[in-house]
Amino acid sequence: MGDRVGTPAIEARSLSKVFGAGADAVRALDDVSLTIRQNEFFTLLGPSGCGKTTLLRLIGGFEQPSQGDVFLEGQQLTGLPPFKRPINTVFQSYALFPHLTVGQNIAFGLEMLGRPKEKRTARVEQMLALVKLQGYANRKPAQLSGGQQQRVALARALASQPKVLLLDEPLSALDLKLRKEMQIELKRLQTETGITFVFVTHDQEEALTMSDRIAVMDSGKILQIGSPTEIYEHPQRRFVADFIGETNFLEGRITEANGAAVAQLACGHNLTLNGPGQKGSGGGQRVTLAVRPERAEIVPPQGEGLPATVGAVVYMGTDTTYHLTLADGTPFTVRSQNHEGARLDLASGAAVKIRIAPAAIQRLAD
Amino acid sequence: MRVDVTNPLWRFRGIRATTWVFFAYLYLPILVLIALSFNENRLATIWSGFSTQWYGVVLDNDDIVRAAGNSLIVASVSTLAATLAATLAALGMAKGRFRGADGISGLIALPLVVPEIVTAVATLLFFILIGFKLGLLTVIVAHTVFCIPFAYLPIRARLEGMDKALGEAAADLYANDWQAFQRVTLPLLWPGILSGGMLAFIISLDDFVITYFVAGAGATTLPVYIFGMIRIGITPEVNAISSLMLIVSILFVTLSFLIGRMRR
Ligand SMILES: Nc1ncnc2c1ncn2[C@@H]1O[C@H](COP(=O)(O)OP(=O)(O)O)[C@@H](O)[C@H]1O
Ligand SMILES: [Mg+2]
Repeated sequence: MGDRVGTPAIEARSLSKVFGAGADAVRALDDVSLTIRQNEFFTLLGPSGCGKTTLLRLIGGFEQPSQGDVFLEGQQLTGLPPFKRPINTVFQSYALFPHLTVGQNIAFGLEMLGRPKEKRTARVEQMLALVKLQGYANRKPAQLSGGQQQRVALARALASQPKVLLLDEPLSALDLKLRKEMQIELKRLQTETGITFVFVTHDQEEALTMSDRIAVMDSGKILQIGSPTEIYEHPQRRFVADFIGETNFLEGRITEANGAAVAQLACGHNLTLNGPGQKGSGGGQRVTLAVRPERAEIVPPQGEGLPATVGAVVYMGTDTTYHLTLADGTPFTVRSQNHEGARLDLASGAAVKIRIAPAAIQRLAD
Repeated sequence: MRVDVTNPLWRFRGIRATTWVFFAYLYLPILVLIALSFNENRLATIWSGFSTQWYGVVLDNDDIVRAAGNSLIVASVSTLAATLAATLAALGMAKGRFRGADGISGLIALPLVVPEIVTAVATLLFFILIGFKLGLLTVIVAHTVFCIPFAYLPIRARLEGMDKALGEAAADLYANDWQAFQRVTLPLLWPGILSGGMLAFIISLDDFVITYFVAGAGATTLPVYIFGMIRIGITPEVNAISSLMLIVSILFVTLSFLIGRMRR
């Protein structure tokens, strides 16, 4: 498996997929390129309808691309039917064969590959142990709970040791508690088997907790690819910053003062930024800044920062959220942890200042 | 009868009586027929005592046995042919959305609403035009054709209720098209096929109008034979054959229903 460390597990080059024709045509994927590394837990994250399933189905071979190619460990897959791709799928509906037992379901792929019976039996036992369902081999899928069916679907897809496992929102049908359990379970399975996982979800929290890398998608395009930290701390696009976690957006123009980059905000005040500023003719360019609520701090009105007025203060147990308004009416949220002595006693209407460290400010491309 | 008082229909006085009259109208004639098949009297409508002799008479009558044999041959052969055609049609229709798919689906089911007499005349005309000699074969061909929609509907329904992802899962797990069909689609479709086949069988067994038109000499089926008997007068034999056919029909419809409901 790891013998070709250099080659990516999956590579997509300029993939486009158009459904329908003429006026009804839907461009589900628009010139998508990406590289998924070996042994990686890779997540496709985006709102419903952004093309995640379509991308997964192109990799699995259930759809053919309108344009572009898919490569598996450097080999072109385009044109190969699903049964000729060493890639397996965990379907959203699980798609367990209802007329077969759990054991027969898990052995199905091995049987189609022509593995001898003793090998299949041994492998089924091994897979049942892996997903902690020993003793369930003779049950029918209908006799299992949703969570157990999910495990069988995983065992079935992993049994033939595929090079890549595709998972299309596999946890969305489970209740919250089970979903949390399965998140940990999936991560464990991925580490234990060393198989590359391509995981689809619209749940940003799920993506952040499980993934090695995330591709954020919108309207058939990939907006940003990066580790959870990169995606969360350094979103490059407004959509990414907005979709993942909570964000305050500040509009302004970039200039330079005393050799440092400064943003002149719409509220009339300046904010010092990291990185290069823009002097002279190039200066004054419009910019959108993103600041996470937990990265800003409220200080007394005589301190340094952006003047703001307190609106609602919401106590949320572990932390408190302050809903503020800047001088020009822009809303701004600050969240701080409720450790001993940290809670500010602020009444609605009070004047405060917001201190934002340059490192907490992310410049967005659009 | 349990009464749901929240249903406004129950406030209509006389609903109870109407219901009973309705069921009596539906089933009383059949009950009377069964009862009279056990009548000892030669005159079918005058009760004189219990006897099973007419069942014996029926089974001793070579013509009736031959007609019953014809009915079974026709029903079996046309059921097999119609069910096969219906299965292929349903699979073809489910394979993919194509232009005019709804129209074709409608065309397959259309014979269900075409007046049978029209089909009968048209079929007869067709056989005469192509010079097909009327006999048992023409009956089988005609039955096959009108049984297809009856077999098609349950198979189609079963196929439509099937998760599309199952076929994809089979392909995902290295099954080629034929293996996927054989190992996944067919076993899951089987109840629908059986159910459709049984429906086709009973429809064929029961058919009179079309058979009457296209049956040549020696191709008399049971319903056609009964019709011939009844022109002479209602006899206890007619009652006995009818009761036997009723039992066969109920058996098949029940089986068809039970198999159709079978989940796996
Ligand atoms: N088979 C199809 N025919 C037509 N349109 C489709 C088909 N599959 C997906 N689409 C469209 O493509 C877009 C992306 O769909 P999908 O990949 O399922 O999104 P996601 O999985 O991110 O919710 C949607 O607008 C959807 O309606
Ligand atoms: Mg989807």
